[in-house]
Amino acid sequence: MLGFVLRRIAMAVPVILILIIFSFVLMRAAPGGPFTKERALPPVVLENINAKYGLDDPFLVQIGTYLKNILFHFDFGPSFVYQDRTVNQIIADGFPVTLTYGFWTFVFAVLVGGALGIVAALKQNTWIDYLAVGFSIGAQALPNFIMAPILVLVFTLWLGWLPGGGWWGGPNDPNSYTSYLVMPVIALATSYLASIARLTRSSMLEVMNSNFIRTARAKGLPDRTIILRHTLKPALIPVISYLGPAFVGMITGSVVVDMFLSTGGIGKDFVQAALNRDYSVIMGITILVGMLTILFNLVVDVLYAWIDPRIRY
Amino acid sequence: MNISIKAALLCSAFAVASPAFAAGMHPVTGEALADNQTYTYRMLDDVKSFDPQINTDVEGSHILRDLFEGLVNSDPQGNSVPGAAESWEVSEDGLTYTFKLRDAKWSNGDPVTAGDFVYAWRRLADPATASEYAWYMELMGVENATKIVAGEMAPDTLGATAIDDKTLEVKIDAPRPYFPGMLTHASTFPVNQKVLEAHGNDWTKPGNLVGNGAYVLTDYVSGVKVTRERNPMYWDNDNTILETVVALVINDENIALTRYDAGEVDKTEVPAGQYPALKEKLPDETYSTPRSCSYIYMFNLGENGPEALKDVRVRKAMSYALNRDVIVDNILKGGQYPSYNWTHQKTAGFEMPAIDYATWSQDERVAKAKELLAEAGYGEGGKPLELTLNYNTSEAHKKIAIAASQMWKQNLGVNVTLANFEWKVHLDKLRSGDFGMARYAWCGDYNEPSTYTDLFTTTSGHNNGKYTNPKYDELAKAAKTSDNPAEEYKQMEQLLADDMPIVPVYQYTNVIMVKPDLKGFPFEDLMNNIYSRTMYKVAE
Repeated sequence: MLGFVLRRIAMAVPVILILIIFSFVLMRAAPGGPFTKERALPPVVLENINAKYGLDDPFLVQIGTYLKNILFHFDFGPSFVYQDRTVNQIIADGFPVTLTYGFWTFVFAVLVGGALGIVAALKQNTWIDYLAVGFSIGAQALPNFIMAPILVLVFTLWLGWLPGGGWWGGPNDPNSYTSYLVMPVIALATSYLASIARLTRSSMLEVMNSNFIRTARAKGLPDRTIILRHTLKPALIPVISYLGPAFVGMITGSVVVDMFLSTGGIGKDFVQAALNRDYSVIMGITILVGMLTILFNLVVDVLYAWIDPRIRY
Repeated sequence: MNISIKAALLCSAFAVASPAFAAGMHPVTGEALADNQTYTYRMLDDVKSFDPQINTDVEGSHILRDLFEGLVNSDPQGNSVPGAAESWEVSEDGLTYTFKLRDAKWSNGDPVTAGDFVYAWRRLADPATASEYAWYMELMGVENATKIVAGEMAPDTLGATAIDDKTLEVKIDAPRPYFPGMLTHASTFPVNQKVLEAHGNDWTKPGNLVGNGAYVLTDYVSGVKVTRERNPMYWDNDNTILETVVALVINDENIALTRYDAGEVDKTEVPAGQYPALKEKLPDETYSTPRSCSYIYMFNLGENGPEALKDVRVRKAMSYALNRDVIVDNILKGGQYPSYNWTHQKTAGFEMPAIDYATWSQDERVAKAKELLAEAGYGEGGKPLELTLNYNTSEAHKKIAIAASQMWKQNLGVNVTLANFEWKVHLDKLRSGDFGMARYAWCGDYNEPSTYTDLFTTTSGHNNGKYTNPKYDELAKAAKTSDNPAEEYKQMEQLLADDMPIVPVYQYTNVIMVKPDLKGFPFEDLMNNIYSRTMYKVAE
C-alpha cells in the first residue's frame, strides 16, 4: 500500500511538469496580453512594462525562470493585473474562503444527497422515492447561476435574514460567520447533492438485488444489519469515485458563487485571470487545482482498497 | 443662481461654518443629518491597485480620490477647484505653472510638501516603475516626460521642481488652458516617499498606506470589500461629514439591484434596459446623467481593410442608414444620446458643428444612403457588398450589432457578418488592423475636446482604422496653441463628418440608482469624479 502511494506521488511530478508547460504555452498562444487594453499603450511604455515583468525574454528563458522560482522559492511571481499583490498572496487570500465554503458544501451535499438516495432506494417505487427522485432531478436542472440570484432575492430582500453576499470580515462584522456561508453552500451544493442522491440510489438498488444480499436475507438477518453492514459499503464505491473529483471541484471554487455572492474565492480569480491574461495568476491556480486533483484521486484510490476487499494494490 | 457662484459660496460657507453638524445639522444647507454616516456603494470588480501611479481603473480612481488628494480637485459640478494646492499661477506664455501648496498633513502626520509631488510624478514617468499611465505625464506635456519614459533621460530631469516645501513649479511643452483640470487624474496624486521605502511592495496594505486624502484605508478584503474611514489629519476634516465609506464588490448588476432594494447599498448601476421601468417605479432614486464616453463603429481604412470602405460614399451610406434612435430608445433605454459626431456633446469647451445628416429625418438619411451606395456601384443593381463587424462579448454590444446589421440589410441590401470576440482578442484584432468594421468606445481622460479629437490624428496610437487627413492633423496641432480651440475642434468634427472614418453610434450616460437620503453626489460632473467628502446622509 505504501509502495503504491509513493509510486503515485512520484508519477505526479512529471504530470505537474507537463501541466505547467502545457498551460504556459497555451496561455501565451492566446491573442492579447495582460497589458492589451482599450487604451493602447505607447510602445515605449509597453517596453518598460515587459522589461519589468521579464516578458521580453526569450520564451524558453521565461519558462525556465518560472520553473526555477516555483521549485526553489515556491514563488509564483507577481500578478500582472493586481499589481499590489503576488500570486502567492492572491491564493492565500482566496483559497481559505473557497476551501471553507467548499468543505461545508461537501458535508451538506454528502449528508443530504446520501440520505435522499438511501431512503429512495429503500422505499423504491413509493411516493417517498418519487419525491426524492423528483427533487434531485429538479435540483440538477437548476443551475447555480439561477439559484444564486433567487437565494439573494428570498433570503436578503424578502426575508431579510442574510447579507446578500460577501464574506465574514472578522469579529467587528455585524453579521455572523454562518450567515455568509448559507447561500454559497446552498447554491454550490444543489447540483452535487442531486448527483449524489441519484448515484447512491441506483447503486444501492443494484447491490440490494445482488446475490450476496439475497443470501443474507435467506439467512434471516434483520433488515438493519443487511443495510448497514452489507449493502452500504459496496454501494458507496461508485459514489466515492464521483466524490473525489467533485470534492476538488468544490474546494477549488465556483466562479458563479464568487461572482454572484461576492465571496472573494479563487474561482473568480481563476476566470478573471484567464480573461485578463494575468499569466502568473492563471498558472498559479492551474497548478494548485492540478495538484489537488492528483491528491484527491489518490485519496479515492486508497479509499477503494479500504472499502472493497477485492481491490489489492 | 449660477452654478459656479453657488459652488463658490458653498465653499466659502464651509470655510466659516465649522463643526456645526456635531449637532446633527448640515453646516450650509441646514438639513438634519442622519446618525449613521456610512455610505456603501456597489463596485463591479475588485480593486487592481491602491497605488496612484499604478492604478488604471475608474473604480480604483474613486477610491484613490478619497485616500489621496491631487493639486486640483473637481467640485460636484465638475469645475476645477483648489485641492492640495491653495492657488496657482500661470506664466504669460502659458508654459510655467506655479502651485502654492496649502498646509496639509499626511495621515501619519508628516507635512505634505512640493517634494512629495515631484517624487510621485518622477515615479510615474520612471521606466523602472513601468506605470501603464506613464503616458499621462506625456499627455500633460510636462517637460522631458517623453524622453524620461523612453529611458533617454533621467527621471530627475522632469519639468516639475520643488522651489521650496510649499511651492511647486511645473514646466510644460505647450500651452494647455485645461492643464489644471488634468490634475484631477489619480495618476498625478502625491505619494509619501518614506512610506514607500519603508514598506516596499506592501505599502498599499491597510495600516501601511499613508495618504493625504479625506479618508484612510482601514480594511480591504480582496474580492469582497474596501472600507475607508475619515482621516482626522486631513486639512479640511472639519467639513467631512461621511464617517465611513464602504465599496462592496458585486459582480452581477441584477444582484446588486436586489441588494440596493434590500438597503445594503446606497448606490448601484441600473441594469441595461431597466431604466424606464425603474424611473417610473422610483423616480427620485433613478438617474441618467451624461458621462464622457463615445461609442462608435470604426472603419478599417488601412491596407487590410475592405476595398469598398476606401470609398467615402460607402462609408457615408453605412453611417446614414443606421437608425440611432432605435438603438438608444429601444435597446439601451438609459437616456443615452444618439450620436452623429465623435466628441461627447457635453464636453466643456465643445461647440457642435452643423453636421448635415444629424438634422435630417431617418427617411432622408436612408434615401441619401441608397443614392450614395448606388453611385459607388454597390447595393441594388450594383455589386453586392459584404462586410464584417467585430464586437467584443457583451449582451448590449450584441443587441446593437444585430440591430445595425438588420438596418444595413433592409435599407441598403448590405450583408454584414457579425463576429463576436472575447475582449482581448477583439483588441488584438483592432491593433493589428485585422477587421473590416469594429466596435470601439472611448472615454475622455479630461473634460476638454482634445481628449477625443486627438484620437484620429495620423500618428495617434488609437487610430486603429488608419484614418489620415493632413488637414485634420494640422487642426489638431493648431488647437494646442490656439486661444479659442473650440473653432479647431468644430472643424475637426466637420472633417470627420465629411470623411466619415467612423460611424458614431451613441454617447454615454451614467445610469444609476442613488438612495434619496444620500446628498451631494456629483451628478453634474461629466467626468464622474466622485469625492466622498462632498457627500452626506440626511435623516429620513
